[in-house]
Amino acid sequence: MTTYFNEMYENGAVRGPYGQLDDWMRNMPAELRQMKQAEAEALFRRIGITFAVYGEGGDPDRLIPFDMFPRVFSALEWGKLDRGVKQRARALNAFLADVYGRGEIVRAGRIPANLVYRNDAFEKEVVGILPPKGVYSHIVGVDLVRTGPDEFFVLEDNCRTPSGVSYMLENREIMMRMFPALFRENRIEPVDTYPDLLRRTLASVAPPKCNGEPVIVILTPGHFNSAYYEHSFLADLMGVELVEGQDLFVEGEFVYMRTTEGPRRVDVIYRRIDDDFIDPLCFRPDSMLGVPGLMDVYRSGGVAICSAPGAGVADDKAVYTFVPEMIRFYLGEEPILNNVPTWQCAKPDDCKYVLENLKELVVKEVHGSGGYGMLVGPKCTKAEIEAFALRIKAKPHNYIAQPTLALSTTPTFVDQGIAPRHVDLRPYCLVGERVELVPGGLTRVALTEGSLVVNSSQGGGVKDTWVLAG
Amino acid sequence: MLSRTADNLYWIARYMERAETAARLLQVGARNSLIPSSSGHRSEWDSLLHAIGTAKAFKEKYGDPVQRNIESHLFFDRDNPSSVASCITAARENARIVRTALTSQVWDAINGAFDELRQMERMPRSELDLARLTEWTMRQTAMMRGSIEATQLRGDGYHFLNLGYYLERADSTARLLDVKYYVLLPRVDFVGSGLDNYQWTTLLRAMSSHRAFHWAYGGDVTARKIGHFLILNPQCPRSLLTCADGMVTHLERLDRAYHRQSTARTQARSMLAELAETKVEEIFDEGLHEFLTRFIRETGKLAAEIHESYLNGDIR
Amino acid sequence: MLLTVDHVTLYRYSQPVRGVVQSHRLTPSEFDGQRTRSWQVTVSDGLMGGQFRDGAGDLVQAWTVQGPVSEIAVSVRGTVETTDLAGILRGHKERVPPQCYLESTPVTLADLALSDLSDGANATGGGLDAAHRLATLVADTIAYTPGSTQSATTAAEALAIGKGVCQDQAHALLAMARRAGIPARYVSGYLHASQDGSLHEAAHAWAELWLHDLGWVGFDPANRCCPDDRYIRLGSGLDALDAAPIKGIARGRGAESMDVQLAVQQNEQ
Repeated sequence: MTTYFNEMYENGAVRGPYGQLDDWMRNMPAELRQMKQAEAEALFRRIGITFAVYGEGGDPDRLIPFDMFPRVFSALEWGKLDRGVKQRARALNAFLADVYGRGEIVRAGRIPANLVYRNDAFEKEVVGILPPKGVYSHIVGVDLVRTGPDEFFVLEDNCRTPSGVSYMLENREIMMRMFPALFRENRIEPVDTYPDLLRRTLASVAPPKCNGEPVIVILTPGHFNSAYYEHSFLADLMGVELVEGQDLFVEGEFVYMRTTEGPRRVDVIYRRIDDDFIDPLCFRPDSMLGVPGLMDVYRSGGVAICSAPGAGVADDKAVYTFVPEMIRFYLGEEPILNNVPTWQCAKPDDCKYVLENLKELVVKEVHGSGGYGMLVGPKCTKAEIEAFALRIKAKPHNYIAQPTLALSTTPTFVDQGIAPRHVDLRPYCLVGERVELVPGGLTRVALTEGSLVVNSSQGGGVKDTWVLAG
Repeated sequence: MLSRTADNLYWIARYMERAETAARLLQVGARNSLIPSSSGHRSEWDSLLHAIGTAKAFKEKYGDPVQRNIESHLFFDRDNPSSVASCITAARENARIVRTALTSQVWDAINGAFDELRQMERMPRSELDLARLTEWTMRQTAMMRGSIEATQLRGDGYHFLNLGYYLERADSTARLLDVKYYVLLPRVDFVGSGLDNYQWTTLLRAMSSHRAFHWAYGGDVTARKIGHFLILNPQCPRSLLTCADGMVTHLERLDRAYHRQSTARTQARSMLAELAETKVEEIFDEGLHEFLTRFIRETGKLAAEIHESYLNGDIR
Repeated sequence: MLLTVDHVTLYRYSQPVRGVVQSHRLTPSEFDGQRTRSWQVTVSDGLMGGQFRDGAGDLVQAWTVQGPVSEIAVSVRGTVETTDLAGILRGHKERVPPQCYLESTPVTLADLALSDLSDGANATGGGLDAAHRLATLVADTIAYTPGSTQSATTAAEALAIGKGVCQDQAHALLAMARRAGIPARYVSGYLHASQDGSLHEAAHAWAELWLHDLGWVGFDPANRCCPDDRYIRLGSGLDALDAAPIKGIARGRGAESMDVQLAVQQNEQ
């Protein structure tokens, strides 16, 4: 029987960071809790934070479940995460600058050439183009899990357009509104500086041709996108326009947005669309989405695109295994945060091991996301495992495997009262002129008892994440 | 402001006003159908459908114009882009797209209307009589308009909302008046008869202007007085003159803010000037139907010009 | 050889379009086999956009035309001094790693027939001889026949009917070379047709294969040779679409038609 690290209780005693919450929890009558829970839900619905599940039909106005029990880190614990996440974000950006430049890490034989250059996410169109400040991935979401007091593992990196930061901000707003006393009793680091830091980060990578205060926009695929709320929320908090491809056009050396007063030049585009839909002239001639000519403006220094097209080659699940190597190669440092040991099914030896030990492993698709196309060995029936084995054999290069991690738990409100549930953590690191990390992140919680899948698309919920001041 | 955002705001207003028009049409039709038919063959409901231009689509889907089908058509039917349900859904979707350009009160008003609409769609029809449907619609549209007036910043977004309202209202007043024309068409000898006056009164009721009219004019209800009231009276909130005046006001404010002169403003001004000089006798000399048809066409042209001048994104 | 190019592409729209955006690879490559004496590209009513040299070494120049417009003329005029390097792209500066050119595209996908043909040539591992074998095989199996295919014809389709133009032959060579693990790319450019008329279109296309000791080497199955001093190289890509000298999108409903006038002539030295 696996034992799981409980972040609140250790050997029957309450761990330091959760000290105040023990009383709070004990003194809350069930009726109050239900009332507060209903209040929170009404607030979320009124604000309009809803979540459309990828690839499923159903109610587009579904709410993502919010658990009121906060997840807490001490200043000391956070200090390590802060250093580790920033280190990773720096290394990932150095890697991108290298593989789109001279490719030294490949020449040095530290990562296989095919893994990089034959990767679907590698864009030959941006080779040799150095983006402002040499930054490719401006918002790095690092997915972390914890297995012990001092044991953190990075599950994956998100270098393109990590989502969920609106939940980090709204969860906090709602907690402060509902439980102001908790925030007086605990010294909790604020997270509401994020939009301002994001704006400054984006402004700091304005292109060379920009003179004066850069005009920033967020580029969204549109209101049918499941993250549309987040796009409009961030645009509003930063005070920038939220645009769709049709709102932008290229003229001469620059990109403009269509306004009621005529064309207005745009300097920095925080895009929340995939590479394929940036510019039909460059990537997908069959797509009428995107802005024709945008890539030429970008490559000639007329506009900044964040994240840079092609940034996805750094967050591929197969490239992931080489991140510790990148940290050593580019920074000359030892990784502060560990990778989860990973078997590449593309390697025959690894594949053999994986197929023999499926019962104990988690298997993921290299390009998958959202918890889809995934096998959690210990939770599966024999038949399910056999079916999955066939898929791996058919396309081994499409899969990687990792040991089933003993994800930590934190107390969570459930129907019966309070019970431990498994959690992960996604902090959002900003990379521009400086590397910044807001003390907090998005904690996702698997609401089903025993479940290790925290994805919101699979019934996971979210929590407010506290970092206590030192 | 992003042209698309302005377009969304303008359409929020147009859809809300259009929803209200659908409800008012239902009221006119219901009242008219309560009195003995003006002809043995052609029902009041049928003329109403002709006036709003959906008679053909209606016949294909429902067949006979009986009240229950008309209610479905004008309130619930998603296939009818002018039904209350279609309009409120479209207005809410436009609002969701430009959430950040609206105050939370305005968002609450439209989002609340949408939520209630979805509940009503799940209720048994026996619980939803015509009066309830129309009153609900009026209340929602009034709440929306009120939230806009009370809370929206008086920036360009506010002007685009108002342009949408006035333009749609001008169009709708003209069309509602024209319903009268269709009702009367079969029997010209009804003009001036008791039946005719009853129908005119119904029209006033549908415009929520019944009592206002009597205060303003007194005496008997005549076609000329009503024509004057709904077309030329600057005190009537739905008159064509009031709508034209509203459009001119907001176009002028926009142009002042943008430091330019748009063709839309020029066009709205000449529309207003013409109405201001028109006498009600001239309208009836030209023929009410002819006058309204011409006005509806002019309004359509102005809408196209507003689109060109501000909304289509090709402004230089 | 001193070659002069006079190239006008005329785009016509059935009804005026609201604007046009184009991306050009219309400037001769810089390498030991080519020296540009003079070169000028103009676009009627066009506004010059950004310019940059991409990772493959091509000079890209963006243009926009503000509408309404119903006709656009793209004119290219210039003189290039060429040297025969037996197809070898010597002295060409580029950054894109050859591995990137192992990727197939929809038109260069090797079907069973192309795979078999490639496998039969025993070309795996590359080498100059192997590359020549592949190019000859293409010329033997796809007869140069103007008008036999369309711009969207795939390599597999061209092989199936045994006919094609230079684009189809280049696509087939790419498919077969990539199948054999040889990085290969599509090259677009100009060709000076000699007096006897034995050579083909002046707007021409061929393939380059990456060979370990030589780097990128051109092969022209249409003329059963390697590019020499009659060729002017403009740019490269994964296939014809990717390497197109002019890429463009018009905003509007008008249907586009295109008319090309091109002359490549030899100057007296």
